[in-house]
Amino acid sequence: MSVPLTLLGLLDRAPSHGYDLKRDYDAFFGRDKPLPFGQVYATLGRLARDGKVTAGASEPGDGPDRKRYTITENGHAELATWLSQPAEPEPHLQPVLFAKVVLALMLDRDAARYLDAQRGSHLRRMRELTELRRGGGTMDVLLADYGMYHLEADLRWIDATEARLGALKEMVSST
Amino acid sequence: MSRNPTTAAGDSAGGPEPRISRRSILEARGLHRSFGQTPALRGADLAVGTGEIVAVMGPSGSGKSTLLHCLAGIYTPDEGEVWFDGRRIDSLSDGRRTELRRSAFGFVFQFGQLIPELTVADNIAMPLLLDRVRRKEAYQRAATWLERLGMPELAARRTGELSGGQAQRVAIARALAPQPKLLFADEPTGSLDSLTSEKVMDLLVSVARAEGATVVLVTHDARVAACAERTVMVRDGQVSALTEFEMAR
Repeated sequence: MSVPLTLLGLLDRAPSHGYDLKRDYDAFFGRDKPLPFGQVYATLGRLARDGKVTAGASEPGDGPDRKRYTITENGHAELATWLSQPAEPEPHLQPVLFAKVVLALMLDRDAARYLDAQRGSHLRRMRELTELRRGGGTMDVLLADYGMYHLEADLRWIDATEARLGALKEMVSST
Repeated sequence: MSRNPTTAAGDSAGGPEPRISRRSILEARGLHRSFGQTPALRGADLAVGTGEIVAVMGPSGSGKSTLLHCLAGIYTPDEGEVWFDGRRIDSLSDGRRTELRRSAFGFVFQFGQLIPELTVADNIAMPLLLDRVRRKEAYQRAATWLERLGMPELAARRTGELSGGQAQRVAIARALAPQPKLLFADEPTGSLDSLTSEKVMDLLVSVARAEGATVVLVTHDARVAACAERTVMVRDGQVSALTEFEMAR
């Protein structure tokens, strides 16, 4: 998640204050990890320095910062580029899981048991997400779906790896 | 059963959770079953708590469907025992096991196994009629189930004309209409797309919970298993719980 680009996206709707940006960010993107106020204003400061937003004059009222921020042409162009490009299809957990399996085999530990434990942890998380989907609104469902599909992909990898542990053990032992 | 076996949610997939002991309503002890020279079960043990929803996963050919068929009294094991509600059922005669399945068990399979020439209402009423419920009451209960599932308009439709998702919802209604204590589901969403599968599983879990039915669910789909309260794995004809494991050990 790129905080600067996401804030640019929120600003592309309309000029906004830092407080409102944080509120919208947390509602849409930060449910598990709300954005600290300090990070909001630091990010807006860097965006202003780089010419991607402009900060209006301070307005009267309470709060640490009553400036209204507006996206610039540069900021809009960067946002448009980011939105049009697919994200890097990077693997997520696979390097960690793979390293643990290979190390377990190298060290003569029970790799199958490790995979089973990982399978159990994944399924437990999937159950939590399933409960979230049941009680949640559309956003909860979509966020939970994203997690579920990634966990499901990991589980398939775990199944495939378990089926190939013998071959992997031979390879690890021979090097 | 002579003892009072319990099962605990604490051995569920992923390990530590609040341990909720429940009296077992279903228990398999040391089940062996072969088909010709090929062993399918090799000492399978499983205890299922009353009202619990348990998913059984495992690779193809691991024995999970054979286990379900033994638990449901469709197959008899070569060795071992199956107990249901304090009663040993593997040693019952074919007729008694058939009677038990009709009166206490419900079934949902991958392909609903509805009778395509009959209407939706006929299919739901069928097990009730076989259980000697009067015709008028059987059809009233079928209509109530169709209302509950939000599909009353399908009552007069022949099941051969239904979509896959509709057919599975009807299969769930047919399975639960006689108010079974145990529901066995073997790949109940195996022929459905993912969104329809989710709807069918949400329905199955919610109505099973509302009815207080215990569910044993065989699936290869992790998303389906995630709808259950506990997952066990079948490998090489044996059942194992998924437990935490510390690499440092």
